Amino acid sequence: MSALTMSLASRASRRKRLRIPLLLKIAFAWVALLAIVALFANELAPFDYMAIDLRNRLAPPLGFGGSADHILGTDELGRDMASRLIYSIRMSIVIAFGATMIGAFFGTILGCLAAHFRGVIEAVILTLADFQAAMPFLILALSVLAFVGNSLTIFILLLGLHGWERYTRIARGLAIAATGQGYAGAVRQLGAHPVRVYTHHILPNIASTLIVSMTIAFPEIMLVESGLSFLGLGVQPPATSLGSMIGYGRDYLARAPWILMAPALVISLTALAVSIIGDGLRDHLDRSTGSHAS
Amino acid sequence: MLIFALSRLLRAFITIALVVSFAFVALRLSGDPALEILSSDATPDAIAAFRSAWGLDDSIGVQFLRYAQAVFAGELGHSMRDGRDVLTVVAERIPVTLAITLPALMINIVIGIPAGVVAALNRNTPLDRILMAGAVAGFTVPSYVLGFGLVLIFSVWLGWLPSGGSQSWINAVLPVFTLGVGGAAILARYTRSAVLEVLTQSYVRTASAKGVPWRHVVERHVLPNAAIPTVTIIGLMVGHLVAGAVIVESIFSWPGIGRLLVGSVVSRDLAVVQGILLLVALTMVIANMAVDLLYGMLDPRTLSRRHK
Repeated sequence: MSALTMSLASRASRRKRLRIPLLLKIAFAWVALLAIVALFANELAPFDYMAIDLRNRLAPPLGFGGSADHILGTDELGRDMASRLIYSIRMSIVIAFGATMIGAFFGTILGCLAAHFRGVIEAVILTLADFQAAMPFLILALSVLAFVGNSLTIFILLLGLHGWERYTRIARGLAIAATGQGYAGAVRQLGAHPVRVYTHHILPNIASTLIVSMTIAFPEIMLVESGLSFLGLGVQPPATSLGSMIGYGRDYLARAPWILMAPALVISLTALAVSIIGDGLRDHLDRSTGSHAS
Repeated sequence: MLIFALSRLLRAFITIALVVSFAFVALRLSGDPALEILSSDATPDAIAAFRSAWGLDDSIGVQFLRYAQAVFAGELGHSMRDGRDVLTVVAERIPVTLAITLPALMINIVIGIPAGVVAALNRNTPLDRILMAGAVAGFTVPSYVLGFGLVLIFSVWLGWLPSGGSQSWINAVLPVFTLGVGGAAILARYTRSAVLEVLTQSYVRTASAKGVPWRHVVERHVLPNAAIPTVTIIGLMVGHLVAGAVIVESIFSWPGIGRLLVGSVVSRDLAVVQGILLLVALTMVIANMAVDLLYGMLDPRTLSRRHK
């Protein structure tokens, strides 16, 4: 009887797990659309995003008195807003993606090092993690950035520092727990090198939690990047990102609000979509780990 | 209690020391302030005079020791732009920033906590869904998008409120609101889950089972216990507000610490940037210590557990 109800319950929960909520589907679709835009920016952009056309300055978008030539209108130098938006999306996504990867990579390594060596190394790493968590990242980034200069590589590396301490804490905690379990001990008894134990046995078991943290970090990094670019200290012209579009559009807020609105809408929707996906993934993970435990 | 307080003080000191070293290393190693302050056509003599005047000739180690010594003596150096004392330059901006961050913190608390409590007590009703959808929108829309949206509506279209400046309290309305919304949204989410957590506890079930009116259960049992995790989040809010102030002050031309930081970073005014970093670190350390003490007062178990 109890076996029957349990199997029924597990089947019901499996069916529930497979049913993806509509909101989550829309969020995935939006992110997929952005990925396509970023990948095919060269093919999709109707104009060169740097091409200046002074006779067509501040042209309104289609539907607000503009022409079909410039669907989203033009900016103060007559540059096509749709093309700028497409290249900005590519830039913002490349930066956020790269920085997320860097943070996850180094954060996880540090976490595993802390779990492996314990003692002084662990204490140093955790102190650094506390420090990183205690300081508002924007303030740290702001001060480093202007002094180091504005190369794109440095900017991505700097944003990679965002949130590394979360991966470190998660990886350390999970790795310590995993080390205590039989499988890691068994592999070690067989003579496996510690690096092999971590990469082949422990990491696959903690990967899902780390991936959820990455989906949470991604929009945060995008927002920090846009914020810094908005302040004029991030992506430098002639390159363009969603934040710098807003930064330059602010001067034309009253006369040409579309310059600011299109990138603002894209940033907000993307942050919203990724946070919906993060919540969905976390729910999914909670449910699957919950079923493991029972 | 004493050990607890001492360990907190030690951690606070480590954080401050790390900020000092971080600021020093990051800012001093990465460029030549002499060339940045003086124009590029300055004579070599002028550059050398500037260097020795600012102590830039010595080795990095000596510069650091001198800096650390000065910091702990309360001497933060002089602004490289106008030669004024950093402490004065920074201190005169503090009340300006507090004038928008404190009301914003009030908005966080006054909107965020009731919204979270109401949502939790009406779990899975349309009211809960609306409140939580609002919360998600509140913390995903970046402050510069919200800020310019408000400017567009209230300044450009309606003409009710000024879009920038700091002449009177009316100029502060839009910055305070922009700064307060994101934090209120985060606080609402955390409060909701804290209240939901407490609602599942057996003492809540016992209280309502023995006939205590639901209102009393909520006031006497649910809310005090849900306050404990919520207080931790209010500590986080401080960092959120400090970072938010940088952006919001820039949107609304509000002459506070944030504008000063951005301006000093652009002109590479090392001493002022370091002074602000230190101020932010101190603020964070004090906020975290206040949260820990409050936490201990609300939940005596944490103190006794740490003693063991």
